[in-house]
Amino acid sequence: MKRMLKQLAAGAVTALGLSLATVPAQAADTIRIGSFLSVTGPASFLGDPELKTLELYIDKINSSGGVLGKKLELIHYDDAGDASKARTFANRLLRQDRVDLIVGGSTTGATMAAVPLIQQAGVPFISLAGAETITTPVKKWVFKTPQSDRQAARRILMDMKERGFTKIGLISGTGGFGASGRNVTKEEAPNFGIEIVADETYNPKDTDTTAQLTRIRNTDGVQAILNFDFGQGPAIVTRNYAQLGIEQPFYQSHGVASDSFLELAGDAAEGLRLPASALLVADKLPKSDPQYDVLNRYKNDYESRYNESVSTFGAYAYDGLQLAVQALMKAGSTDKAKVRDALESIDGAVGVTGTYRMSPEDHMGLDAESFRILEVKDGDWALAE
Amino acid sequence: MFSEFFQFTFSGVTLGAIYALVALGFTLIYNASHVINFAQGEFLMIGGMGTVVLMDAGVPIYFAIPLAIAMSGVAGILLHRLAIAPAKNADVVTLIIITIGASIFLRGLAQVFWGKEYHALPNFSATESINLGGAILLTQSLWILGIAAVLVTALGLFFTRTALGKALLATSMNKDAASLMGIKTGAILMMAFGISAVIGAAAGVIVAPITLTSYDIGIMLGLKGFIAAAIGGLGSSTGAILGGLLLGLAEAYTAGYISSDYKDAVPFVIILAILFFLPNGLLGSRAVERV
Repeated sequence: MKRMLKQLAAGAVTALGLSLATVPAQAADTIRIGSFLSVTGPASFLGDPELKTLELYIDKINSSGGVLGKKLELIHYDDAGDASKARTFANRLLRQDRVDLIVGGSTTGATMAAVPLIQQAGVPFISLAGAETITTPVKKWVFKTPQSDRQAARRILMDMKERGFTKIGLISGTGGFGASGRNVTKEEAPNFGIEIVADETYNPKDTDTTAQLTRIRNTDGVQAILNFDFGQGPAIVTRNYAQLGIEQPFYQSHGVASDSFLELAGDAAEGLRLPASALLVADKLPKSDPQYDVLNRYKNDYESRYNESVSTFGAYAYDGLQLAVQALMKAGSTDKAKVRDALESIDGAVGVTGTYRMSPEDHMGLDAESFRILEVKDGDWALAE
Repeated sequence: MFSEFFQFTFSGVTLGAIYALVALGFTLIYNASHVINFAQGEFLMIGGMGTVVLMDAGVPIYFAIPLAIAMSGVAGILLHRLAIAPAKNADVVTLIIITIGASIFLRGLAQVFWGKEYHALPNFSATESINLGGAILLTQSLWILGIAAVLVTALGLFFTRTALGKALLATSMNKDAASLMGIKTGAILMMAFGISAVIGAAAGVIVAPITLTSYDIGIMLGLKGFIAAAIGGLGSSTGAILGGLLLGLAEAYTAGYISSDYKDAVPFVIILAILFFLPNGLLGSRAVERV
């Protein structure tokens, strides 16, 4: 008898626990936005500004009345740059927290680990990671806000073509970013009538690349040189380039579009060109630029709240959240299929990274023109003419 | 044609000088204890990053450099006191594993307190490069070679002319006998760690204008320096310089004449060949196995 009572009590406690756990999922007075970001760990330079941006704008949206008459609720987990944690958290967001949509995934690894679960559960997902594989081939529920490196390569080649270059030298790192950049550049170059006549590589940890640069310089007919990589490698290449006194115009990729690169490369960076987000030159854009208002509003909001410089990575989260809000309003409900369809039909949403035109064939929605070509002038970024 | 050859040679000398200077740091601790100190790269990092951090705090560069080097010396002594000395009866392999642990620990500390950013130090000379027959040579590589030469001479004199140096060699040859002769072997070993850390930090400061510096710069430079030291024969300072230059030139000629894709592979082939025919390296003393 005593034992039976005990079992009954245990059963009751379990049942109570279960019902408590499901209560928040049934409450429909908020719109639940799930997120997993790499706020700590090696990719914290991505996740940290992304989370700050999400928190900032969810507060702002809520204080001006929310969306569809409901408040937004952010449910966030830190995956610390670990893909297997990202998968676990995505699972928790989908099954336990029952979120209405997900904006997150700082790295390609974290995003791709979560994609199969999200596809299966059928929840709209806006990724903040760069790789082309995320949206190519198109996955029904998956969207992303940053451009892929293919758009960057195209934008560089476009600028080279405008300046009349037909033969270029390429030097890239052997790490993931550099290797992928090298591939897309080689694939895209023929479309712009450009031939890559010298193709050199270096290890991302190398401390000297003068041998490779000498080879490129001594190749016949090289009119411009492109270095596709990120991290400190490009700073060393840039310094070696200046030390060797190479006269051909020099290009870098979007991978080094940050102020810390200018600091590392110093005077050697003078005159080089690269494709970058307009955010770096927000205050130098003409007022007539369609992105002018969005860029400066985001920059001011972020910098006044957190007292640190705005980053292009945080901008991916800004765009992700704005696209989500727009899709919710367009769908008029939180019905997942309707929100997804609304996301896919977004046409001309002006964001910080660019102007988004989604379609059933393109879940990223940006073209190469969303990158601006910047030139280093007097140790600072300027729009190239 | 010749300018190209000169350029590859100069690139190789620049790289080689860096590797040589790092390799020098390994010789002292190896001579004292036969331990290969895998935290040597972290001493480099403390030298370079310490200088950067102190300069950011407003310390002028000519104070920041000696302070950072002294800081590294203290870290070396602490490493011995806190990690190596407590394991006094452990065999050499255990001690080597301890140094690997220490390197991860130091790297972690630097990452947390000094950040993960890369930094650059200014060149020592006002002119950055010299043009020789159409090829350029960085003035900083001359600094590196010069300071490496000074260090080799100083280490040579230390081992052959001073009582302390001889005591250190005696400790390395037979610890028990040395201690019976009245040599404080524990203090000798601690000194070896301190001086090694100072040499490492000095190297870290001198190479930083070329390699840049960050919390993890010690991984790559420490490894290359170790390879250079192994080629030259562990424990020989002249061998360390030779090994470094050989490694640097091999990398530059491979990248220049064959393909940059094989740049990292060719030096390894050379190492395998050298260690196959000369197991003690180019200038290493033949190991005598006591039975």
